[in-house]
Order: sequence, then C-alpha cells, then structure tokens
Amino acid sequence: MKKMIAQREAYGEALLDLGKANPNVVVLDADVSNSTRTVYFAEQFPGRFFNFGIAEQNMMAAAAGMAKCGLIPFVNTFSFLATYRAADQLRTSIVYPKANVKIAATYGGLSDSFDGPTHQSIADLAWVRALPDLTVVVPADAVEVRKALPVLAEVNGPVWLRLSRNPSPVVYGDDFEFTLGKAAVLREGTDVTLMSCGTVLERVLEAAARLVQDGVNPRVVSISTLKPIDKEAILAAARETGAIVTVEEHNIVGGLGAAVSEVVADQHPCPVKRVGIPDTFADTGPYDELLDRFGLAVDDIVQAAKAALALKKANGR
Amino acid sequence: MGKADQQRVRELEQIAKELRIAVLKMVYSAGSGHIGGSLSAADIVTALYFDKMRIKPEEPDWDDRDRFILSKGHAGPILYAALARRGYFPMEELSTLRKLGSRLSGHPACFKTPGVDMTSGSLGHGLSVGLGMRLAGRVKGKDYRVFVLLGDGEIQEGQVWEAAMAAAHFKVDNLVAVVDYNRVQLDGTVEEVMEVAPLADKWRSFGWQVLNMNGHNMADILPTLDEAIDRSKEGPVVVIADTVKGKGVSFMEGKSAWHGRCPTEEEYRQALAELEGQGGEVV
Repeated sequence: MKKMIAQREAYGEALLDLGKANPNVVVLDADVSNSTRTVYFAEQFPGRFFNFGIAEQNMMAAAAGMAKCGLIPFVNTFSFLATYRAADQLRTSIVYPKANVKIAATYGGLSDSFDGPTHQSIADLAWVRALPDLTVVVPADAVEVRKALPVLAEVNGPVWLRLSRNPSPVVYGDDFEFTLGKAAVLREGTDVTLMSCGTVLERVLEAAARLVQDGVNPRVVSISTLKPIDKEAILAAARETGAIVTVEEHNIVGGLGAAVSEVVADQHPCPVKRVGIPDTFADTGPYDELLDRFGLAVDDIVQAAKAALALKKANGR
Repeated sequence: MGKADQQRVRELEQIAKELRIAVLKMVYSAGSGHIGGSLSAADIVTALYFDKMRIKPEEPDWDDRDRFILSKGHAGPILYAALARRGYFPMEELSTLRKLGSRLSGHPACFKTPGVDMTSGSLGHGLSVGLGMRLAGRVKGKDYRVFVLLGDGEIQEGQVWEAAMAAAHFKVDNLVAVVDYNRVQLDGTVEEVMEVAPLADKWRSFGWQVLNMNGHNMADILPTLDEAIDRSKEGPVVVIADTVKGKGVSFMEGKSAWHGRCPTEEEYRQALAELEGQGGEVV
C-alpha cells in the first residue's frame, strides 16, 4: 500500500514555506481556511492573511488589486466557487489584466465526495482551460504540489491550481522535479498511451499493470500542466503509440480529454478514448466508490485502452 | 473661498469643459460609446486628475502613486480624455477610441493604456480591486490613496456590498469611493429599474463615512474631496455625488437614451456648440 497524503495538506505546508521565503506572498481565504489548510499560513503570518468571509467574488477581485500593487496573492476556496461563483472576477479582473494572482482551487473533482454534487467540481477544467493565457496546473500527488508551488509563485501572471481534498497515493519520490508545461512519463511503452491529470494517476498505473499482464505495452504520461499543454508529449504519444486514453477526474466534456483531442486532431490524428465522469452529476458517498461508480474504475481505463487499441488496429496500424 | 481658490476653480472648470468636448468628439468619431455617464463624471474626474491625485504622468507605474479605478468602466472616454490632457499619451490618440489596434479599448484596459490603473467594464469589481490595493498598501507600508468611481446603477451588483462590508471590516485607510449619482441607467431611471436609495443610509450601515457633494460644482467638489481624503485616514469614505447624466448637453441631460448612444451629425454639432458655449439653446 502506497503512502497516502492529501494534496491540500501538502499545499498548506508549502504555502507556509513560501510565506517564509517571500514577504510579498499574501493569502486570501473565504471562510474555509481549515479546509484549504491556509490556516497554517494564517497562524504564522496574520498580517499577510485575509479572511474575506463567504464572499468569493470580492476576494478574487481584491486579489487582483493586491497583485497590481506588487503582492503575490494566493486565493483559496473550493474549486466550484473559485471557478463559477467568481467566474467573471477571474476572467475580467484577474486573467484579462494579467494580474499576478494564484488561485488554489481545492476540493477538485469528486474529492468532496460526501458533500455531494453541489460541492464537487467536475466542470472546472473546461472553463479555466478556455481562458486565454491562464496557466492551469493539476498535480498528480502531494509531492508534486510541494514541488510545484515555488515554481508557480515565480510565474509572473495568473495561475489556477487544482487540488484534491482527500488523502491520495504518493506517486513521486522526493527527487521528483516539477517543470511547468512539461508532461511526466512514468512508464515508457509503444502500444497505447494512458494520459492523465491529477490524483487519478495511481489508478492509471494500476490499469497499466493490468494491461501489461494482458500483453499490452502501455506508455503512462501525467499531464499536470493542462495549460499551456505539452503538445510535444502528446504528439510523441500519437506518433509512437498510435492510440491515446485520457483519464481525468472531470466531466469527459471540456477537460484533459478535450485538450488532448484538440492537439491530436490538429496535428496527428489517432484514436483517443476519454475516461472520466460520463457527462453526469455524480452522487454522495465514499470517494473511492464514487470514482468506481462514475467512470473512473481501473477497469474503465483498461477497457478504454483495449477499445483504443482495437480502433488503432481497425485503422490499419 | 479665497481668490487663489476661485482662480483654481475656474481653471478646473475650463479643463472639465475641454474634457467634455473631447468625450463628445471621441464618441462621435468612434461611432459608439457611453457619452451620458462620461459627461456626468467629467467634473469629478477632472478634480481628481488635475488637483487631488498624487501622480507622475511621465512615470505611470510609479509605485507610490495614487490609484484611480473607473469601476463604471463604460465611462472610459472621460478617463481617456483626462489621461491624455494630463500627458499620459498624446491628445491626438483620443480619436482612435474603439478602433481596431487602438490603445483605447471600448472599456479601460490597464495593459493597453498608459495611466489606466485597472481594467474595468464588468460592473461591480472596482471597489473590491480598490480594497485589495489598499490592503496591499498596508502590507507594504505605503500610504497611496485609492479612488474608486462607482455608477449608481452599478451598485445594484451584490459584489459592491461585499466589498463595502470588507473595507469596513478590515478598517482600510486611504480608500475613497465616489458614487456618480446621476439617477439614470441603461433601461431607464434607477428608481424605475432597481431603486438604490437611500444611499447614505446604506453606506453608513455598512460602516462607511458618508459625504455628499454637487458633482458638477467645482467649488463644492474640491473641499469635499479634501475632507474625504482627510477622513479616509480613519476608515473608508464614500462621497455621494449628485450629478446629471449627459451633463452639459441639454438634450442629453437626464436621458437614459444617451447612456450608450452615438449622436447623429446634427446632434453632434448642436452638442459641440453647447459645450463650447457658443450656442446652448434648448431644443
């Protein structure tokens, strides 16, 4: 059994480190600082922590004002609120004016499982990915969160970071280095490429192991920078493996599957099967069971890979 | 009011008149634009940019400058006119308003236009942005002032009240909001569309200090803004400015039709004549 660490926990600790290293880092929260783990920063740096109460629109636009005066604000709330409640503030006051604001959108995907579809965030990537020049990062585990945060703080412009609420498997070792815009290849392979973003990576690795048992040689790629996306890694997968399966804790509409399909369709068409939440709102329940029920069982990935392989074969490759 | 002050008032009135003429010409040349709300804000913007604000037009990004946020971003023409007249960019550039490739976007964009401190246009954001700018001032130990110009229709947006609540809660200093209370919005009068009165009571109950002024009387605007700046050291201040939409052009005054309409050639000539003080008869 792999070690389990929640991304929000790693984020809260990394944010505290950033606060120590850079006096321009300020943190904004909207009455969820215990959930987002910004409380660690708040306790250490009360003068640089601002609780805006339950008023996300104000918080987001205020962050833009702070950024315009030289600070590096990290804005924290649940993903569905950062993305939709404050959608216009994100677009008009942060992204369009290139305000140097980092949005930590926690409770991504189905990870707020027991709170149900109102609090789950399954369409956030579709929206943020469509905003010009917004950097979008969906880390695969707690290590990647910790490694990415100092890098994202150095980006001079808006960054949207998706985090998961629940303990998730630690995939990377401490020697992992995060490179913005660069996909990570976890397993080389030639038959089909499994491409994922976020903490579903562990399930992808399990699916890959099962495929190997069935005589398939899959490549496994984690795309943590959803935008700007690593086109080279995607095109290499299309050229060298001829079939792609995308896996994301998101609606199959508009997220990673769409992003990869766009690149492939534009430059090197090949079969792409999209694994994710099948365009439906999910349910209330235990997290792992929700993932299994709503499109993200290991078997779903295996079946999609086999379907992609069959398509590839039918196309004569 | 002393003689020097009277002289100053006359100078600023003259500048406001020039800015109004510039607004009319810009919108006419562009073929579209928001003339009514630009004219109602003309005297306030003039007082801020030509008398009250600590700015260096030759150094638009000066760290310690006072900031101005045109939260009612559709009044961009009056801001552009003031910035050009103040020397941020050439006056001739005003005729490029709304043209493809121009630095003067349909609504203000801080990355396009020198002197524009914040992008605006989607209503309701500006007070939050101003609040953030002052919180940044607190963190960085800077005492620049932030002025936010709000429309009266704009404050129907709930976010404005989130920001008002937060500004009082955080006890921000050096934040002055001005409400351009011209009582007209796009679909009709504010009273008809969505009443915002009683304004002073609303702001006071949100923890703000409230001042009133005649937004077209420079002799009232100047001392009121001084008082607002002074009082803002103790906490946020809002100035409710009684104004007239389309102020200065008789047939535009108080008319919602002139929120976002471009004048015909005949209307343009008459408006220009009125603003230049060569005509002025009421149609």
